[in-house]
Amino acid sequence: MPNTRILGIETSCDETAVAVYDHRQGLLAHVLHSQIDLHAYYGGVVPELASRDHIQRLLPLVREALSQAHTQPAELSAIAYTAGPGLLGALLVGAGVARSLAWGWGLPALAIHHLEGHLLAPLLEPDPPAFPFLCLLVSGGHTLLVDVQALGVYRILGESIDDAAGEAFDKTAKLLGLGYPGGAALAALALQGEPGRFSFPRPMTDRPGLDFSFSGLKTHALTTLRGLAGTDQDRADVAHAFEAAVVDTLCIKTRRALQQIQAQRVVVAGGVGANQRLRQQLAELAHSEGASVHYPRIAFCTDNAAMIALAGCLRLAHGSDPDLSICAQARWDLSSLRV
Amino acid sequence: MSCALKILAIETASEQCSAAVWYDGTLYQQSQLAPREHARLILPMMQAVLDEAGLSLSQLDAIAFGRGPGAFTGVRIAASVAQGSAFAADLPVLAISSLAALAQQGLDQGSRAVFAATDARMQEVYCASFGADAQGLAQPLTEEQVCSPQAVSLPVEPERFSGIGSGFASYPDALRQALGPRLTQYQPNAFAEAACVARLAVRAYHSGQQLPPEQAMPVYLRDHVADPPKRPPLGYR
Ligand SMILES: Nc1ncnc2c1ncn2[C@@H]1O[C@H](COP(=O)(O)OP(=O)(O)O)[C@@H](O)[C@H]1O
Repeated sequence: MPNTRILGIETSCDETAVAVYDHRQGLLAHVLHSQIDLHAYYGGVVPELASRDHIQRLLPLVREALSQAHTQPAELSAIAYTAGPGLLGALLVGAGVARSLAWGWGLPALAIHHLEGHLLAPLLEPDPPAFPFLCLLVSGGHTLLVDVQALGVYRILGESIDDAAGEAFDKTAKLLGLGYPGGAALAALALQGEPGRFSFPRPMTDRPGLDFSFSGLKTHALTTLRGLAGTDQDRADVAHAFEAAVVDTLCIKTRRALQQIQAQRVVVAGGVGANQRLRQQLAELAHSEGASVHYPRIAFCTDNAAMIALAGCLRLAHGSDPDLSICAQARWDLSSLRV
Repeated sequence: MSCALKILAIETASEQCSAAVWYDGTLYQQSQLAPREHARLILPMMQAVLDEAGLSLSQLDAIAFGRGPGAFTGVRIAASVAQGSAFAADLPVLAISSLAALAQQGLDQGSRAVFAATDARMQEVYCASFGADAQGLAQPLTEEQVCSPQAVSLPVEPERFSGIGSGFASYPDALRQALGPRLTQYQPNAFAEAACVARLAVRAYHSGQQLPPEQAMPVYLRDHVADPPKRPPLGYR
């Protein structure tokens, strides 16, 4: 088998990222610029500002990644880029640069599904889980339980019908006067909270099914806060109760999914996977179900290009994009993927 | 003639999507009115014009792109494609005004001076006035700006202008009224084309305006794209 080395590009939201992945040597480079500070002032991602920043950052990052990987263009096998889902204008910058680089270098191009990247991210680690596995994907934009049978064989078992888990964290953090994105700050505040002072609902757990709903928890936090003086202790207690409700809900559904598909491995992807309480409870859950839990390292839980390069590397063996189209779509159903 | 200049140009700032090659004075162009299809069409068009000219990317001297002003997404497609292809082929880029390329069409039809205005949405136009240089190529007489169609004006000279661009399709009355009788005629259904970008790029090339690929940046003119929060968010440092 000839050596496969992939340049990966990711610009679907507020991170500009480039990576080089080699199927024998593994990850050779990954570089990233986060726009968090740019958007923090607005309390959320401003799509047009995101696009404007991507086009300024991307090419210097490509240069940096290639030099970090000691890789000449002639040593590349293909270019993989995130084609969706995400912010259309942001996606188009990465897709436009990536597809044109591939054209100019005479390389195949691969339009990659952003969530497929997240699902496969644990395979970047030294001791990767084997297929099949259950994936709990919990990020700022998505909450999904996916039955991952093999590359390109994904069945969505459940998803959020409203806010994503990370989005609920961020919105509640905002109510608590924490910065944006406030998931991690909320988790830190929750450590000071007194367990049991408030009890939040575990939405949609009292009926069968694997879908989630998190928008009610944010409202619950708001009404709880309204009845309080708003001392530091009050805020910490609300943070604690909120986090406990989200984590319990995620765990209840993950256990159900594990039992339903008889999976032996759980993979956790997405930024909320950094949450310590979630990690602790999932470890206990997996132990009692006789399953193992796998996380990508924190840097690959959130948006990155290493996962896109990896997905491209796995997919290249099955072919590449048939024409010179620059592919970008804001919406793209994960379960429509094939190999 | 190995020193003959060869430039590949693209223009995607409006509904029109086009690519052109300038090869020692000969132009090859592909152009299509294709709203929201630019991402799908532009690279095949670039390949087609290169094939027509019998050139490969590596034989070029530069890549030129319409840098706007225009639709944000369209202008960024041009910039990102120019960046990617120029970086891959180790070529410089030339950033050409999409309004100048549009005005060039008016000059080619015999006008001495052209007021180019494109629809900028939100009840505004992108506009500027252009005259011709000794070669008949568009030369700005004013700064480019984004403003309401009621607020546009012509420079004091020359006396007569023709108008061009989608601004005249969207706001004909307001523009006619603001520009007055010095506007002798206008053409509302014209869009900037890559062939004009290529011709202006030849001049830019000879005056040394080549840029490294990472400096291929759009010109937006409209910089206010998000309202700041009424008060900075709590916890904002
Ligand atoms: N320790 C944590 N606890 C809870 N949520 C967290 C934690 N760390 C990060 N997050 C949340 O993860 C999300 C970011 O994850 P990411 O995968 O980058 O999502 P996206 O790309 O969809 O925005 C944000 O919503 C953030 O608040």
